[in-house]
Amino acid sequence: MAQGMDYGLTETQEMIRDLGRQVADEKIKPVAAHHDETGEFPWEIIKVLADADLMGVYIPEEYGGSADGTPGMNMCLLAEELSRACAGIALAFAATGLGTLPILLSGSDEQKKRFLPDIAGGKRLAAFGITEANAGSDAASIQTTAVKDGDTYVINGTKQWISNGGEAEVYTVFAMTDRTRGARGATAFILEKGMDGFSFGKKEDKLGIRGSTTRELVFEDVRVPEANRLGREGTGFMIAMKTFDVSRPGVAAQAVGIAQGALDCAVNYAHTRKQFGKSIASFQGVGFMLADMAMKIEAARALVYATARHIDGGAKRPTKYSAMSKCFASDVAMQVTTDAIQVLGGYGYMKEYPVEKYFRDAKVTQIYEGTNQIQRDEIARALIKEAAGRKS
Amino acid sequence: MRIVVPVKQVPDTTEVRMDSETNTLVREGVDSIVNPFDTYAVEEAVRVKERLNLDASITVLTMGPPQAESALRECLAVGADEAALVTDRAFAGSDTWATSLVLATAIRHIGFDLVICGKQAIDGDTAQVGPGISVHLDVPQATYVGKVEEITPGKAVVLRLVEEGHERIELPLPCLWTVTKEINEPRLPSLRGKMRAKKAEIRKLTAEELGLKAKAVGLDGSPTRVVRIFSPLPRAGGEVFTGEADECVAKLVAALTEGQVV
Amino acid sequence: MAEIICIQDQCTGCGACVEACAYDGVELAEGVALFKESCNLCGACVEACPVNAIVIRKELEATPAAGLDDYRGVWVFGEQHRGEIAPVVLELVGKGRELADARGCELVVVVLGSGMESACRELLEHPVDRVIYAEAAELADYLSGPYGRVFSDLVREHRPEIVLAGATTVGRSFLARVAVEIHTGLTADCTGLEIDEEGLLAQTRPAFGGNIMATILCPNHRPQMATVRHKVMKPAARSSRGGSIEKVEPKRKLVASRAKLLALLPEVEETINIAEADIIVSGGRGLGGPENFKLVEELAVALGGAVGASRATVDAGWKPYSHQVGQTGKTVCPKLYIACGISGAVQHLVGMQSSDCIVAINKDPHAPIFQVTDYGIVGDLHEVLPRLTAAVRAKRG
Repeated sequence: MAQGMDYGLTETQEMIRDLGRQVADEKIKPVAAHHDETGEFPWEIIKVLADADLMGVYIPEEYGGSADGTPGMNMCLLAEELSRACAGIALAFAATGLGTLPILLSGSDEQKKRFLPDIAGGKRLAAFGITEANAGSDAASIQTTAVKDGDTYVINGTKQWISNGGEAEVYTVFAMTDRTRGARGATAFILEKGMDGFSFGKKEDKLGIRGSTTRELVFEDVRVPEANRLGREGTGFMIAMKTFDVSRPGVAAQAVGIAQGALDCAVNYAHTRKQFGKSIASFQGVGFMLADMAMKIEAARALVYATARHIDGGAKRPTKYSAMSKCFASDVAMQVTTDAIQVLGGYGYMKEYPVEKYFRDAKVTQIYEGTNQIQRDEIARALIKEAAGRKS
Repeated sequence: MRIVVPVKQVPDTTEVRMDSETNTLVREGVDSIVNPFDTYAVEEAVRVKERLNLDASITVLTMGPPQAESALRECLAVGADEAALVTDRAFAGSDTWATSLVLATAIRHIGFDLVICGKQAIDGDTAQVGPGISVHLDVPQATYVGKVEEITPGKAVVLRLVEEGHERIELPLPCLWTVTKEINEPRLPSLRGKMRAKKAEIRKLTAEELGLKAKAVGLDGSPTRVVRIFSPLPRAGGEVFTGEADECVAKLVAALTEGQVV
Repeated sequence: MAEIICIQDQCTGCGACVEACAYDGVELAEGVALFKESCNLCGACVEACPVNAIVIRKELEATPAAGLDDYRGVWVFGEQHRGEIAPVVLELVGKGRELADARGCELVVVVLGSGMESACRELLEHPVDRVIYAEAAELADYLSGPYGRVFSDLVREHRPEIVLAGATTVGRSFLARVAVEIHTGLTADCTGLEIDEEGLLAQTRPAFGGNIMATILCPNHRPQMATVRHKVMKPAARSSRGGSIEKVEPKRKLVASRAKLLALLPEVEETINIAEADIIVSGGRGLGGPENFKLVEELAVALGGAVGASRATVDAGWKPYSHQVGQTGKTVCPKLYIACGISGAVQHLVGMQSSDCIVAINKDPHAPIFQVTDYGIVGDLHEVLPRLTAAVRAKRG
């Protein structure tokens, strides 16, 4: 159904992509502007995705999903297609993925059985809670505490800028259980909406991805049973890092989708807009811009897919490539969407046309799930480590 | 309850254009799709099945060349249970009479309690096949159905969409409906549906299996035949006013007044 | 069985047939046309071939069936609703008179209903030779079973050579049943009906959403039947021929119906049925939002016309379906049609292109609608419509 480069997708992957595109074109596109303006949470799209069996494409079959062995690639394909229509709405799905990953990567079989089927079926959404007001890039300095009391943990603190905050029912939250152990003193927990003392702050008013909901999480003596602790005490940051390794290509895929959507608008416009008696696409100044945009997008896409495959194949330490894909794709998205506005000229600046939304949506991809500065840091460190390892 | 939905694979006529220079159809990049009205019929069949607590089975069938299988699989992906492809060179060139005969014969062969058709196909636009099938099958019909108010194994109460509004009709089963787009919103396929559809086995029915003689069907069995195809007389474009809104409006009103249109 | 052949000696390999085929049924192989399984013998390529190298051969050559000459007369189905004859009937009488004169036979209107005597007499004030009135209480309201069976019975008895009906929800659904019951051909939505050199009814209609026109014959079966949309033909003028009413009582078993009409639910809509309007102002997606239909409505009121809508706006819920003009909506043929913010997709044009005067307002100078307009304004309809409305109001005083 879809044209473009042949990336050797399996039949299932093609189905996911094609179905994702159908949802994007038929269901998301018509409501994207509305959700961008009102900030309403796209529950109706969640229902469409759930009915289409798409909410669980990254979850194994035994827990109700349809991963079929390639969860990473599936997630990327779907995130890209949905983001092409609206990254904000797509985030309701993608952020659920992020929130679910810690359970997938480090949960016990009991925990997986308890939480994954409802998430795979689209009945419950998830969210990932690590960031705090004073702990963004410096994730190790989180202040939220989890104090053991018998077989419960009492959690106090706040989390900031949590996507799906308030709408999701399942939250993977990171808290310090032992400050003395520094980076080895954090633990991951699964919290559920409705737990006593667990409340939400106001909804944030954002520049872009306004179709997604971002809220503060507030924990006031929230009692969480031991059965909700993910892995052993002290493994929190390791779980977080492992999660990011897997989730970052997903963010990259979002960025590729945003960029592609913007490019499609720009090409269509350049093709039909006539000035000086010709379509502006026939002027090399514009044509070259479009060419550069297309090249960057394809390169980003290829990198994202390669990374997803690499991870699905069981790579132990995909950190460098994950970081590369996220950093590169999000930078491309920002460049492409900026140029897309330029191609549309005055029309690009008007809210009446969809291109300025892509630009506003793209910006966050350079920021969340680790700023691109952090990504570059990770890549540099990985390179140095490799060099050090080769020294002899 | 056995529900049969005849569907047709058609070119996406919204994309079909006429090349004004050569007077021919331009079909580059024109996809084959399931006739849109038929997707509403399939969706209604699935909803009827859901209303009956799944105590029903839905068979989609199409008369067409082998490539029409993809249309059947699309229908399986949204909830049809079985599919049959009625295919034979003998059927080519069938007009609505011959088509309704072939489909009715196939439907009788499969067995049915309810037949749901789309109102019309967007390439032929006749809306004749549905009623034709109901006569061949000798069952009552309700055309232009916009809502199914009641459905039980014995009877149906439907609303027909007519020029003045609606009519409420009660019919006994077995019967046939043709449906309009008012009736529902077709669902998207699900991933599981698509996978099931991909693996599904599609039954093939030939003229011989259905006991149809070549001269009763196809071009030979069609009372009507197309003798000429041509492009419609293009209506030449007239005057177009550009510039300031006030000027344009003044010119338009003057032109319409002169032409005694207003 | 029938087959399609490319006369290879004549074929130049130009590929016009491949371009003309909407079904991917032909390809060029070794420089000549080769037909594939997907060919459905529609004949578009036969027409498109510049060297007449393509032929569709039928197994049975068209030998006229015996007894065709026994069929004489042009019939018009006198559709009625609650005692009133549908306006399309007079248009069919107009065309039917032409055809009957060309065939040198009588024009009959056939009415099914109850208490229709005065309506039948009114019909005879038009150039109709006879009215056949099948009366039964069961026929007061349309039901496809009884109407189909009674009409088929009348056709078998009287043997008309041509039958015309309006392409209405009634006409289309029951005549399609009649065609199968008596085994004859029916052509839907004809825009042209003429008697050809061989005395056959040549039926012309649009296909592919109006992208092509096809002429169809029904050479070996009778009657030759056609449905015609309202407002396509011109209505007959009043002129009596002193015709008579033949009242018949249909057999009981023909009027028995398995289906039951439980209720009629007229749509409560404040505007008139747009198909009847002389002036229509239509709004399309270019309006930008449902609230902007106000601009269209104001102009319509100022002109004394009705409001139409494109399919896109109806699908988006800006206007009810009863206002939809186009292939899947209503066909209209007003004196003046003003299209606002409508791009002019073929499916819309099919519904209004026979309007006497077409005007379009669109901000896109390349919108296809300008190809069929008599007058157009390229501009922002938010500016143009209010000014146009004001100008019309000023003119009307």
